[in-house]
Amino acid sequence: MSTDAVLPQLLEEWEPVIGLEIHVQLGSVSKAFSSSATTFGEPPNSLTDPLVLGMPGTLPVYNQRAAELAVALGVATSSKIRARSRFARKHYFYPDLPKGYQITQSDEPLCEEGTLDVLMGTQRMAIRLQRIHLEEDAGKSSHHGTVSHVDLNRAGVPLVEVVTAPELHSAEEAAEFMRSLHRLVRWLGISDGDMEKGQMRCDANVSVRRRGEDRLGTRTELKNINSFRFVQNAIDNEIVRQIRLLETGERVLRETRLWDATANASFPMRSKEEANDYRYFPDPDLPPLLIDGPMMARVMQTLPTLPGPRFERYREWGITGDDARTLIGERALSDYFEAAIAALPSVGCNAVAHAKAVGNWLLTTLLGALNRDGKSIAESPFPATALAAIVGLIEGGTISGKIAKDVFDEAYQTGAEPAAIVAAKGLVQISNPAELLPIISRLLVENPKQIEAYRNGNEKMLGYFVGKVMKATDGKANPQVLNDLLRKALVPA
Amino acid sequence: MAEIGLQEVTELAMLARLRLSTDETETMRRELQQILTAMDALAAVPTEGVAAMTHAVPMDLRLRPDAVMPSLTPAEALAAAPATAGDHFVVPAAIGPHE
Repeated sequence: MSTDAVLPQLLEEWEPVIGLEIHVQLGSVSKAFSSSATTFGEPPNSLTDPLVLGMPGTLPVYNQRAAELAVALGVATSSKIRARSRFARKHYFYPDLPKGYQITQSDEPLCEEGTLDVLMGTQRMAIRLQRIHLEEDAGKSSHHGTVSHVDLNRAGVPLVEVVTAPELHSAEEAAEFMRSLHRLVRWLGISDGDMEKGQMRCDANVSVRRRGEDRLGTRTELKNINSFRFVQNAIDNEIVRQIRLLETGERVLRETRLWDATANASFPMRSKEEANDYRYFPDPDLPPLLIDGPMMARVMQTLPTLPGPRFERYREWGITGDDARTLIGERALSDYFEAAIAALPSVGCNAVAHAKAVGNWLLTTLLGALNRDGKSIAESPFPATALAAIVGLIEGGTISGKIAKDVFDEAYQTGAEPAAIVAAKGLVQISNPAELLPIISRLLVENPKQIEAYRNGNEKMLGYFVGKVMKATDGKANPQVLNDLLRKALVPA
Repeated sequence: MAEIGLQEVTELAMLARLRLSTDETETMRRELQQILTAMDALAAVPTEGVAAMTHAVPMDLRLRPDAVMPSLTPAEALAAAPATAGDHFVVPAAIGPHE
């Protein structure tokens, strides 16, 4: 039986406890401790220098931009930022780590006790972070039978590791945490978070316990879960594996397991017990990292409004949870929306009252057109002020919603101002009864059978007359005014 | 006083990927013991109320502007490698990714 089928039943009795360790590459152009570029996809071993290669006599000098990006993430997660944090050496031997140790932070990390604002579906939830610390990435090895090939381009790329408290309770929550962190790092411009390029990578600590039990069960560490879908599959799979072991009286071994997406299963990593002794100690090459007032000020100055508060505000404006979630999915989209809302007063609209209309036009009509043309919101030929103008024209009664679509199409194609299109093409809606009544009177004379049908209770005939008037006015009749006039006119004299 | 035994020396040698003969293990144990004894002497210094430090003189980390400088060419990077394939270093098979 598949995991999906058995899991809900097992979860009635068992509670999963999940903590995540997520590595995010910081988007600096040069490496953490030396000046080689961090570009992805360059020829193998073309981005190295004596420090990256672990040559004797080299000294690391940390990247100011990387420090600032990490502090920005700390501030955005309400973490305590340590004014003096320390780099440590973590020792292990692996061919993608030429120095024989990784520079990381151990007992004095940059950030502690933060929270990440996670959108679980359309509910906000604060997930506690134990720490965010600085470290450097390792190179990449690929395995070919009896040998491995090593490319050190990635070695030394600056990373932060984000460690959550063990308080996620399902694979869905873990995946939502990943999505929220992904959204945030992109929002802050800290990282592109492209998982296919390894810019964001996730390890999960998973254990299960019987519901009501306080003590945590033995945990396993799942490695190599590098897409949102893998996170969910790998964790669900591990939860079921552990529960089955415990239900048959076996033990969960504390071990590291490697997720194999092709096999849809995890396998224990071959490891020697002793290999877990990393012998951390403060790196003598690197004095404490000081985060001073000027650096904090620089970071605060560039910090944008965060997605969580914007989501909340959009909900208050009457936007549905799903639409609000979509709007904050990307900062460029949310910024576009904010700009359109800000332009509403200039077209005579109340920002709050018409936010929902702007949201609908943005998500349906504009995104529809952009998707059709393979363009991103940043490449939109239709500016936010034009979107506000269209909504203003509709809400002010100048044009009907139907005409507005035509105006949009033309403005999108030509870049002309919506109001100018309306004026040039004479699209202004006809709301004056004095203009509509003569047309209605003529139609009544021409269509006696349809009047008869309406008067005999065939309501649909109203639509017939609406259509006729619209045709006669090139669609410019104000639908609401027209409906009222027609209803009155069709009543037997 | 902190004591170090032959078993611990063997473990440390394994972690450091050093192959030590029995004689070398004993020599190493003796030298490490001397270092530990010296540490014990340091531990006798009263340090209550003194913040831990990694350097004898106060030093702050200097930061570097985020600027790219030329890298080594692949040929230069690989110049001292015992084995290569194309522009890669070649090493005995290592199983599974580490951190």
